[in-house]
Amino acid sequence: MSSSSRTRFDQELTDLAHNLLVMGSAVEQQIRDAVTCLVNHDLKLAEQVIQNDDIVDHYHHQIEDESIRLFATQQPVASDLRTITTALKIIVDLERISDYAENIAQTAARLEDPSLLTPLADIPQMAQIAQTMLRDVLQAYVNRDISLAEEVYQTDDSVDQRYRNVFDTLRHLMESDPRNVYQGMELLLVARYLERIADHITNVADWVIYMVSGTHRRNHKNNGKAEA
Amino acid sequence: MADALQQPALAQPKLAVHDLNVYYGNFQALHAIDLDIQEHAITALIGPSGCGKSTFLRCLNRMNDLIADARVEGSVLLDGEDIYHPRVDVAALRKRVGMVFQRANPFPMSIYDNVAYGPRIHGVRSKERLNHIVESSLRKAALWDEVSDRLNKNAMGLSGGQQQRLCIARLLAVEPEVLLMDEPASALDPISTMHIEELMISLKDAYTIVIVTHNMQEAARVSDTTAFFLNGELVEAGETEQIFHAPREERTEAYISGRFG
Ligand SMILES: Nc1ncnc2c1ncn2[C@@H]1O[C@H](COP(=O)(O)OP(=O)(O)O)[C@@H](O)[C@H]1O
Ligand SMILES: [Mg+2]
Repeated sequence: MSSSSRTRFDQELTDLAHNLLVMGSAVEQQIRDAVTCLVNHDLKLAEQVIQNDDIVDHYHHQIEDESIRLFATQQPVASDLRTITTALKIIVDLERISDYAENIAQTAARLEDPSLLTPLADIPQMAQIAQTMLRDVLQAYVNRDISLAEEVYQTDDSVDQRYRNVFDTLRHLMESDPRNVYQGMELLLVARYLERIADHITNVADWVIYMVSGTHRRNHKNNGKAEA
Repeated sequence: MADALQQPALAQPKLAVHDLNVYYGNFQALHAIDLDIQEHAITALIGPSGCGKSTFLRCLNRMNDLIADARVEGSVLLDGEDIYHPRVDVAALRKRVGMVFQRANPFPMSIYDNVAYGPRIHGVRSKERLNHIVESSLRKAALWDEVSDRLNKNAMGLSGGQQQRLCIARLLAVEPEVLLMDEPASALDPISTMHIEELMISLKDAYTIVIVTHNMQEAARVSDTTAFFLNGELVEAGETEQIFHAPREERTEAYISGRFG
């Protein structure tokens, strides 16, 4: 490869990383807005989250096309190969996260009475933690920081813990008063979506570790948990 | 089969190079190279021009003996036996470890005589035996179908890619064990290159192949092991998949991804 074509390739890799960050922060915004519209019962914001999912899909396809073009034209090897593969994998997780945010916004739009949320402080907290995880994992991606990615991976446990709290509380509320069942089921789904969102973020963390080190986390440690 | 039973648990490398240093006069071209070359596999040597790939290749069948001021230190074991031992018959060694060069160099004689050349030198006289060797060598070199009706035509009339396959057939005719190929496809068009690459892959079950190539994609496509040389040093050697996916050395990464210079 001539040095000028290498320079162009480096620029294209920088653009790819940039686009991934733009997509990532759009997805972070989606998580924030989805829970905000739920808590504030803001139907307009819910509508916006549902619409913004199309923008995330658009980024997904744009980065996908760009990655495939780089495979075809640059035949990347070594860290270039891993960087582009990682981009292709990460966008799938980001896109799924945005879908879950959309699902939460749809729930918010359906729920006429979100009064049960009051005893469920764990739900906004889960969203808060997920946003931090997402921000950190994108930071880890940009800085090629394995230990930060590993931290993100560990943080998932506290999301799981909160999911179990929500589950127990809701079961109790539904058992004690059947009128809570409709709202309770909807909010249980919301908690489930947030728990899945955090799992997808750990997948991203796993890919960042792969991109930097050349091996997957499952080969570093034997306590892997990210499911597809 | 008995053969399989006799296979040792950890296969002995076909060629074991240890602490190899090569000098041209005062200039040291290779520094303390250690490399095992596995049997029935393709080993690719990569690295920038002048890093010592051809020098290394020539050490494997003592072609450096032919260079007046070249001096070789260290050991090269072929099936466990030192090829630099004074009692080694160099002609017999070069029959076992043959070389194909960058520029196809057929002799200006018929296709048939090119292939029969080596066996004749080694004393094969029977017409029937020679016919058999010529046909089977040309078949192994994937050239038979293209030349079987013009074996008595001059080899210089073949295309570049055909000439290179003829040179491989000429080598196979003396029944070597190791094939050394110094940029065998670098002067060829993409289709001929593909023929040579397919040929190498088809030959590796029966031979041990060491190839020098400038073409990263070629190394990645055909070889099992890749060794990266730089300034006369072996920077890194490993499974080709590992070298192109996650090299251990930054200098390897820089070279294979075109970040050098
Ligand atoms: N016959 C020779 N006499 C003196 N120097 C040589 C000779 N052959 C090669 N060299 C030098 O040894 C180094 C390695 O050359 P070579 O093995 O041909 O490298 P490569 O095949 O990787 O391009 C180069 O610096 C080259 O100039
Ligand atoms: Mg050379």
